[in-house]
Amino acid sequence: MARNPFRSEAEAYRFLLLTVGYFALIVAAAAIATWLGLAVFVVLTALALALWLRSRSNEPALRPAVPPRPGAEDERRILVIANETVGGPELLSILRQKAEGVKEHVLVVCPALNSAVRHWASDEDGARAAAQERLETSLGRLRGYGVDVSGEVGDGDPLQAMEDALRTFGADEIVISTHPVGRSNWLERNVVGAARERFDIPITHVVVDLDAAP
Amino acid sequence: MSAHAERHGPPIANRSSRIEPTVLGMFLFIASEAMLFGAFFTAYFFIRVVNPEAQSWPLEPFHLPVFVAGVNTLVLLTSSFTMHWALQSIKRGNRAGLKAGLLLTFLMGLAFLLTQMLEYARIGFNPADGAFGTIFFGLTGLHGAHVFVGLTLLAVATVRAFRGHFTPEHHHGVEIPGIYWHFVDVMWIVVYTTIYLL
Repeated sequence: MARNPFRSEAEAYRFLLLTVGYFALIVAAAAIATWLGLAVFVVLTALALALWLRSRSNEPALRPAVPPRPGAEDERRILVIANETVGGPELLSILRQKAEGVKEHVLVVCPALNSAVRHWASDEDGARAAAQERLETSLGRLRGYGVDVSGEVGDGDPLQAMEDALRTFGADEIVISTHPVGRSNWLERNVVGAARERFDIPITHVVVDLDAAP
Repeated sequence: MSAHAERHGPPIANRSSRIEPTVLGMFLFIASEAMLFGAFFTAYFFIRVVNPEAQSWPLEPFHLPVFVAGVNTLVLLTSSFTMHWALQSIKRGNRAGLKAGLLLTFLMGLAFLLTQMLEYARIGFNPADGAFGTIFFGLTGLHGAHVFVGLTLLAVATVRAFRGHFTPEHHHGVEIPGIYWHFVDVMWIVVYTTIYLL
């Protein structure tokens, strides 16, 4: 996320001083020769862009606030992030395994995946409806296996969806379900690696091959 | 609870924590302002581009009071400094600094606006005098309108400061006009540099 230079008065004041310096150098160079002014404009603009991009990459990943754990002490709370693979047999199998012998509570979060254009146009109804449909199918199956499960539709960004859910759910571990390598957009974006870097709780990655399912 | 107490109207909007509504609001505001000024700058650069034979800019018979506008720019820049000083003062519990800073900022902003009005009266052309005249008055007038809004915000903050409002912990009513005032200054730097100097 780009940092807003008008977030506070102090930052706005600093931005103003930088703007004055930026234009002063351009005007001074242009007074010598027009082409020099143009060159200074290009160099300063490129420099500003490079510094901005560098400051973005150096920003530490936000750590979610850890809420008080809402469940009982002996309860195992599992957060599942899955989208198209939410009803996959591999995921259901893992959840059944994890639920054996313990008092578990599973929260399934289905990110409402959307196109960038629709996201920026706030056209999320279709994506949320589709995610809700997949979620309900999956919840029905898990309940059929006797798993104590609830679910919700989350943010389109899986990392954000996890962070949102962790703020209220207080999970002991996260299970991320994806398509196999080569077909998974989340793996392409290293969602699993980024989640392991960001969250201080065990994360299990489950690969669901829907094409191989009978 | 009766059935009539049920909620009516559209469903509650979905809200992700990806971006705070206040930050989103500021982004949208800045984006809309950038587009507004951008439209005027596009028109300005267009008339410069379609006059490639011009040896100097602006074309004859237009002459801009670069020096007076430069002094006015310094006044506006100084007002940003006093605005910053006012906010730093209240953060440290210095009420006299807050009052002096806000009052000076307001007075310098007013001086800027009055000087610009005098400049309009004596500049020797008007908005109907060709494309350059229209764009000049359009851009500087648009900025002047922003200064007027900023002065209104500053007037409210100044009156409140003199009535004993604001503390080191609670000074949102100074912070927001301060942000806006610096934004107005940034836009003037762009306008002045583009129209008067380059």
